[in-house]
Amino acid sequence: MTGRNKYRNAVNNVMLTLSGICAAVTVSMLFVILAYLVYNGFSSLNLDFFTQLPKPTGQVGGGMANAILGSAQVVLIASCFGLPIGFFAGIYLAEFGGKKFCMLVRYMADLLNGVPSIVIGIFAWTVLVVPMHHFSALAGGMALSLMLIPITARSTEQFLLEVPRSMREGALALGATKWKTIATVIVPAARRGIMTGMILGVARISGETAPLLFTALNNEFWSTGFSSPTATLPVMIFTHAVAPYDDWHRQAWAAGLVLLTMVLVANILARTVISRGASLPK
Amino acid sequence: MSPKMVSTSETKMAYPPETTAYAPENKMSPTSTEGTKSATATAKLRAANVNFHYGSFHALHDVSMEFQENKVTALIGPSGCGKSTFLRNLNRINETLRDTRLEGEITLDGQNIMDFDITEVRRRVGMVFQRPNPFPKSIFENIIYGPKINGMLKGTSAAEIVEKSLRRAALWEEAKDKLHESAYALSGGQQQRLCIARALAVNPEVLLLDEPCSALDPIATAKIEDLLVSLKDQCTIVIVTHNMQQAARVADTTGFFLMGRLIEHAKTDMIFKNPACKETEDYITGRFG
Repeated sequence: MTGRNKYRNAVNNVMLTLSGICAAVTVSMLFVILAYLVYNGFSSLNLDFFTQLPKPTGQVGGGMANAILGSAQVVLIASCFGLPIGFFAGIYLAEFGGKKFCMLVRYMADLLNGVPSIVIGIFAWTVLVVPMHHFSALAGGMALSLMLIPITARSTEQFLLEVPRSMREGALALGATKWKTIATVIVPAARRGIMTGMILGVARISGETAPLLFTALNNEFWSTGFSSPTATLPVMIFTHAVAPYDDWHRQAWAAGLVLLTMVLVANILARTVISRGASLPK
Repeated sequence: MSPKMVSTSETKMAYPPETTAYAPENKMSPTSTEGTKSATATAKLRAANVNFHYGSFHALHDVSMEFQENKVTALIGPSGCGKSTFLRNLNRINETLRDTRLEGEITLDGQNIMDFDITEVRRRVGMVFQRPNPFPKSIFENIIYGPKINGMLKGTSAAEIVEKSLRRAALWEEAKDKLHESAYALSGGQQQRLCIARALAVNPEVLLLDEPCSALDPIATAKIEDLLVSLKDQCTIVIVTHNMQQAARVADTTGFFLMGRLIEHAKTDMIFKNPACKETEDYITGRFG
């Protein structure tokens, strides 16, 4: 009996320790990455990095101002298309669709979510870049929006479904149409969650590289508009990291640091939005 | 707790006019079947041979029932007997559920509710739910929601409607200083009265209540019961309740449901003192349910 208990306790302790170690690894990875980025990139972070164009090959210094602006441009385009489409698709999934069709859409959205980003890049290149005859921020933004749509749709759906059924019935019972109910009661009740999902989605796509390689391409200078090749931070990291110059490597680290910081800030922002969002009872 | 807290006198707005003719004493036969056509003349709401299915489950069997104007009707019966299902058909809120089917006819003032625009039915037949379900908005916005979406704000000030509705729901004194605070700042009983006020704000002719006190303490329950009695000169009330004392306290007539059938519908006194059916008596005396 005691032998059996000893064995059970031992198993218990081993499993607890094991899962604790795995949890620690998960958390520490973030800090390792962050520390590495700071160690390698912090020295290159200066005002020039945020205000100057990259220096021609061989020269030291310069910055990535064009890539920062370019990333903003591309992410803006992606948001303009991806967020509304995803949002309304999410509303459809949560509120309107028939059972079978919704399952299909949901499944497709999850598949689209899982499509390797390089494939999305090739696709965008084929349908946008080739017909337009040049690389552009627009094509890059569209490629990213393709990734943003399923993320937004699924998170919007999830938060809408969390609004209790009694709330819907309350509005319908007052003579509201279905759309009125959604627009004036359901979406406002879920808005913090929906916004959080959107922020996280945008943060997620802003670090994507592969879809931009064939679409926005890159540019050593300021982009001249939405229809011209545009530098972005992820692509800049890629090109700088594979180049044979130490200064470029440092700048790649710095760009990585900037990108990660942006994503972290977006995440923290999203968490605060949702934690302050006790807009629903229970 | 006294119903005097409700002011029902000033009727400046388009609230239901003082009723012209009171329904004569309810003459319904104890059994629910046809043959009481003579009483239909004054029935505000009438269900004839209603059958309802959830998918393959036959939840209501041939329910025929009449609700007299300006009366409180209670629906009682054990859990799962179909009383809530029946109630939820009276304002067509069950249509929001998938895979359901309704047969038979429900008429409001003699007109089939299926012929109305659905929003019109629900405006005229209000509903209060089992758990208080205020919207995540302020008290003021909760009340004004119905009038706003139904385009009833023309010519009346929103503040006036809010005050009037809160007074009718006996909540004005408690809520008047925090109209612009979240509705969740109210207690459960107050929230339920807020939901009643919200329903009253669109001037419903019929008010359906689905076990409105089941989540409330006895004091809050007593307030709502007083309120119902005070409201019946303005609308026709149908209340589903698990609590037989509640039915006895508030209802003029009571219908007893069992396994999807209306067993008996008669004056509340009759149901509780001298039920016509064995099943009713068994239920009333606590032999099952």
